[in-house]
Amino acid sequence: MKTALDEILCAYEASPESLIAVFQDVQERFRYLSEQHIREVAARLEVPLPQAYAVATFYNAFSLRPKGKYIIKICLGTACHVRGAPRILEEAERLLGISRGETTPDGKFSLETVNCLGACALGPIMVVGEKSHGHVTPLTVQDILKETEKS
Amino acid sequence: MRFTAVEQLKAHARNVADSLPAGGKMISVCGGSGCRASGALEVLAAFQEALAALRKNGASSAQVVLKETGCHGFCERGPLVVIRPGNIFYQRVGPEDVAEIVAKTVLKGEIVESLLYKDGEGPVVHEEDIPFYKHQTRQVFGDNGYISPRSVDDYLGRGGYQALAKVLESMTPEQVIAEVEASSLRGRGGGGFPTGRKWRSCREAAGERRYVICNADEGDPGAYMDRSILEGNPHRVIEGMIIGAFAVGAGQGYVYVRAEYPLAVENLRLALSEAREAGLLGENILGTKHSFDIKISRGGGAFVCGESTALMRSLEGKVGEPRTKHIHSVVSGFHDLPSNLNNVETWANIPLIINRGADWYTRTGTKHSKGTKLFSLVGKVVNTGLVEVPMGATLRQIIFDIGGGIPAGKAFKAVQTGGPSGGCLPASMLDLPVDFDELSAAGSMMGSGGMIVMDEETCMVDVARYFLGFLVEESCGKCTPCREGIYQLHTILDNITRGLGRPGDIERLEALAETVRDTSLCALGKTAANPVLSTLRYFREEYRRHIEDRQCPAGVCRALFRYDIDAELCTGCTRCARTCPQGAVSGKKKEPHQIDPAACIKCGICQDVCRFGAVIKVPA
Repeated sequence: MKTALDEILCAYEASPESLIAVFQDVQERFRYLSEQHIREVAARLEVPLPQAYAVATFYNAFSLRPKGKYIIKICLGTACHVRGAPRILEEAERLLGISRGETTPDGKFSLETVNCLGACALGPIMVVGEKSHGHVTPLTVQDILKETEKS
Repeated sequence: MRFTAVEQLKAHARNVADSLPAGGKMISVCGGSGCRASGALEVLAAFQEALAALRKNGASSAQVVLKETGCHGFCERGPLVVIRPGNIFYQRVGPEDVAEIVAKTVLKGEIVESLLYKDGEGPVVHEEDIPFYKHQTRQVFGDNGYISPRSVDDYLGRGGYQALAKVLESMTPEQVIAEVEASSLRGRGGGGFPTGRKWRSCREAAGERRYVICNADEGDPGAYMDRSILEGNPHRVIEGMIIGAFAVGAGQGYVYVRAEYPLAVENLRLALSEAREAGLLGENILGTKHSFDIKISRGGGAFVCGESTALMRSLEGKVGEPRTKHIHSVVSGFHDLPSNLNNVETWANIPLIINRGADWYTRTGTKHSKGTKLFSLVGKVVNTGLVEVPMGATLRQIIFDIGGGIPAGKAFKAVQTGGPSGGCLPASMLDLPVDFDELSAAGSMMGSGGMIVMDEETCMVDVARYFLGFLVEESCGKCTPCREGIYQLHTILDNITRGLGRPGDIERLEALAETVRDTSLCALGKTAANPVLSTLRYFREEYRRHIEDRQCPAGVCRALFRYDIDAELCTGCTRCARTCPQGAVSGKKKEPHQIDPAACIKCGICQDVCRFGAVIKVPA
């Protein structure tokens, strides 16, 4: 029987060059890279384990702990920053009771910051899952979170 | 179809040119990431439905072509819809507007007035008459609003792959390089290195294989030009790369693109497979001896990977750490083989140079910066969007003529160019012609093209702190000056913004900034001090106010102000008291309210909701 990891690995050439792409798919599928994933991918692509671990911890795309069901991304790009994004982040932190980079204990929300979503006309922007919310104010953060919990 | 000869491609291109039937209409719906975030896909679906209904009723909808195009650039007014020919421009279109657009404009040629762009001088009907577009020179970006990025025929119909045909038919690699050298094209990724010279070095370098690489790891916050080119016109970048590969003698290319740009990755992937099917990529391109293919590599989200040597390590599947450049990557790059890396916009300029010739190309621009440059004009500006202007256009032309100035009647304070490596320029520099050398001389840099406008409510110390905070996180940590120096710069700035500045901080910042600049390994560290040095150069007084007076004149640094209620203006409507999350506002109905500074967390919601301007910031 093919495991989920096998399926991912099948799509790529079994060479060290594929490491980042495979990790990206693992991250997307499992919402994190477990120790087992890192060990197995390293072995299959013939990458020394320390190098695989270094890659897993170097890039922002990877997390060694599971991420929440809903990933909230608050854009802290320059355009959003000058339009008040830090206030949005603080309000989200306050309401969720976690700091950026953390996940709520119930595994529901992960709060992340991103450096630019490239939709600067809508700044400040907050993305929940796939949905972008533009022109966010501290007051609307609460509504957006409530709406997400309901869905 | 698969073209096996250059002549076949040219004949096909003639067939698909201007494929719109006589009397036909094209509905161009902007499907760039910005408009999508504003709801463009719902608008597109509504058009599909409306046109299907027309067809069902036997109306003459056969002549109506609906196109989801790439980014048109005017993100501020999205979702955008343009009806061609005639270029009737509709803005902020919602799905509910679609029926009227179809019934009036598409079928009868009438205008829907309520959807037109309006400014002080009344409504404007045609795209090209809108100030935002009128003052631009769209050489590289212009086709975006006309073609579907998912159709190679659309690109062919606008003259696409004609430069490749010309190269394969009548030019030697040496001639191609000579033409690019003669065009004086400089790298659009930020460095401004002459592209032709880079190509020549790569061609002349010894190695069993060579590579060409497209840097689409657009990491500067506030910059999304490259994404919009890849999303909207991927074939143009591919064509540039095929020509580049022919010139330097490469058989394999890579596009290293941010994984955060899913639409760009998707459209590029489709374009590559279409190009392969058409015989434009792969073995014996168009029946010639030139063989070349392109792979996509998605970045892992590390800013430093925009640096060429770090990017090449990342392509190898490794940690993206830069190396010293005593040997250039054109000699020893990807897998230690000669590798020619250019950025998206640079590649997109190549077909233009080959088609029109270096003589034509060099007519635009300044003495040492030729052609046009794309900028993403964002921040505190009326018209946020993507702007293409000739090199040498002034900041004033870009920000005021095209950008429409500063919103809400506020005053212009600064413009930040060049991303985290760039600098902030004040109002006295507004007439600076924008090119590589002028911006560097002014203490900023061209960078990849982010242009962030700041108004009087932006604190320049906070902006410097922001960029240094960004760089603390993104420094790869390999060399000490960058890893530790940026950290210390950020700590000093953070203290200043929190009211903990000490006498001598400005001098400490300057000394440290110079050390980091002079001793860091790669461009990230070498330029990291620019935001500090440029704000110190032009906004020194603001630093002094923070340190000596413990005041933030812009009202941004929250340790330095508190919220208060102006009893004269407060009507006692209770709105602030009801929305305050901390219950820090008190007061009787119809009487002036008060804020308890001990309970206030300075979230600013009270100021956001007050309709009378009664909530004010006062020095703490």
